[in-house]
Amino acid sequence: MRQLTFAQAIREAIDVAMERDPNVYVMGLGVPDPRGIFGTTLGLHEKYGSSRVMDTPASENAMTGIAIGSALCGMRPIVTHQRVDFALLAVEQVVNQAAKWHYMFGGRASVPLVIRLIVGRGWGQGSQHSQSLQAWFAHVPGLRVVMPANAKDAKGLLIAGIYDNNPVIYLEHRWLHETFGGVPEGIYTTPIGKARIARPGSDLTIVAASYAVLEAVRCAEVLALSGVQAEVVDVRTLRPWDKDTVLESVLRTGRLMVADTGWITGGFGGEVLAVVAELAWGKLKCPPRRFGMADCPMPTSFGLSRFCYARPSHLYTAACEMLEVAVQAEHTALFHEDNLPHDAPDRSFKGPF
Amino acid sequence: MSDEINAGPSSLSAPPLADSGDIPDGLASLSGRSLEVQLYREMLRIRLVEERIAEVYAEQQMRCPVHLCIGQEAVAVGVCSALTARDYVFGGHRSHGHYLAKGGSLKALIAELYGKAAGCSSGKGGSMHLIDLACGFMGAAPIVGSTIAIATGAALAAAMRREDRVTVPFFGEGATEEGAFYESVNFAALKRLPIVFLCENNLYSVYSPLSVRQSAERNLLQLVKAMGVVSAGGDGNDVMAVREFTREAVHRARQGDGPTLLEFSTYRWREHCGPNYDNDLGYRTEEEFLAWKDLCPIARMERRLLRDGALSEQEIQAFRNEFLAEADAAIRFGRESPYPDQSVLMQDIYDEPSLTAEAACGN
Repeated sequence: MRQLTFAQAIREAIDVAMERDPNVYVMGLGVPDPRGIFGTTLGLHEKYGSSRVMDTPASENAMTGIAIGSALCGMRPIVTHQRVDFALLAVEQVVNQAAKWHYMFGGRASVPLVIRLIVGRGWGQGSQHSQSLQAWFAHVPGLRVVMPANAKDAKGLLIAGIYDNNPVIYLEHRWLHETFGGVPEGIYTTPIGKARIARPGSDLTIVAASYAVLEAVRCAEVLALSGVQAEVVDVRTLRPWDKDTVLESVLRTGRLMVADTGWITGGFGGEVLAVVAELAWGKLKCPPRRFGMADCPMPTSFGLSRFCYARPSHLYTAACEMLEVAVQAEHTALFHEDNLPHDAPDRSFKGPF
Repeated sequence: MSDEINAGPSSLSAPPLADSGDIPDGLASLSGRSLEVQLYREMLRIRLVEERIAEVYAEQQMRCPVHLCIGQEAVAVGVCSALTARDYVFGGHRSHGHYLAKGGSLKALIAELYGKAAGCSSGKGGSMHLIDLACGFMGAAPIVGSTIAIATGAALAAAMRREDRVTVPFFGEGATEEGAFYESVNFAALKRLPIVFLCENNLYSVYSPLSVRQSAERNLLQLVKAMGVVSAGGDGNDVMAVREFTREAVHRARQGDGPTLLEFSTYRWREHCGPNYDNDLGYRTEEEFLAWKDLCPIARMERRLLRDGALSEQEIQAFRNEFLAEADAAIRFGRESPYPDQSVLMQDIYDEPSLTAEAACGN
């Protein structure tokens, strides 16, 4: 299959949706700018013009309300924020308005709206450029929350979101934008609410979302050298999340780990652990584990931020404990990520973001 | 590829209103005496309905907050009389009058206050979440300022879809202290949107007077003018003046000449939330209240129509009887209607997607 980057896949999703439906439009600070939101909107302005690829005032709150109002009246807006953190200025509109209009008017109004939120990481992103607040949004009935982990789903979930008649929070991890994957041409959707088995296995279930899926797969690959097979469930949607697929996997493996990109306290991992504990307690062979960001605001310092993220080697060590296999030094040495600066996605990266 | 769908130029999102050309324009084209009588009737109807709501509220069967607009009817009626059914109106927490003036169903309003399935929001919204799409009342929400932005988006949609609609968000002067207000005004000016920002200045945000919220030097009309929006204002208890200001602003919007902000001064007679008077709390003086009561928009119009011989006392009494009977019928309907079934609780949290997974399935 044709290979595209995650960013190119997002761009293509927007392009095919805009081509198909004149009511689809993009708004956000900088969407037509020369960098095109990390490449995800490049060329769209030239193709569709400034009314459908609309730069905006720095007014996140009202612009979100404006997107909602236009959605109520027949448009399908895609609102883009270059960081999750910036969208906090618009949380009132998202939570009180977008999430509620369909329900509180007895189904008479609909808000077909996509809000793209980019999760920052690395290169000193600090407290206000690095938050991964999917748990907040997943808490709210009326919102759908998706977090693709590969290029194919980046396109499929975005198209599904655009043609969904509900507000969809679409979280994309900055470290995924340059990753490659096979992407079908044309219009297709990745179903919202359906998880994907990213790697099959029988001994341990690792539930992950977004960039953490890549880290979980790395962990599973190294674990396999010890003869144990971890199954990685890419949950893809956090609301409504696919309990059936997760439970089915845990019932087979008897072991559960969750790798999330957000904080642990009150986070998505706790939700998964709770549901599994409620429904499959007796099938668990060992206590479940969860990983996420350190429970502190993100410091900027290179010297401190290295302690803030769970990395594949951390997952590996915990998995070995759960599986009662020895941690092998020659295996842990395979986590080349540990030899890279922790604040960059790969060797080719040059700051700033 | 199995997951291809038959894609073609499509209009997946139908506008909520029928777009036929023969929608009546209500009062927009009336003039002279018949217009004045009609505006009087509209105001009187809203007043009597709300007074009946205040009376039955004590029965504790309307189990939701109510914010009555008694005293402020002229703004709702004057503005909506300058609009057609295709034009969009958005409201806030005190919007019974806006809803009724735009043509919203009275029975559905009362049933909504009673939390019944026949309510305009199926019982899920209550007094602060009114909607009647058939007449262009697009929705009301009580988070102050938020519907200003949403209305601005409705105006953007009308502009993008080249539809002949003007959008009017109603809000109080408290909302002009919200960031969403400035952001919306700025955007509407930038895009020259067909919108009329409609500020009812009733001096109080709950119990907080203007003096604790805004500098005495602040001038809303000059503020928005500096942002590129035409502005005007006047006596919000003079229904004919409100109508004329609005007609001019609506005309400008229809011509593509961009947004207008109108600010009308008026006064809420009853408590911020609930059926009673609350002057005893001491946040405003009895003198101030009585001075505004003297400016009652309905009594003023009534005196004029009587003086000019346009109406007789008997006719006015007949109107009152008509509206009281209508209000009582609606209250009876609301009381006797059933509550929503429990099964409705978990319905309409989400709308159906416009593309089903079966129609377009990635994997």
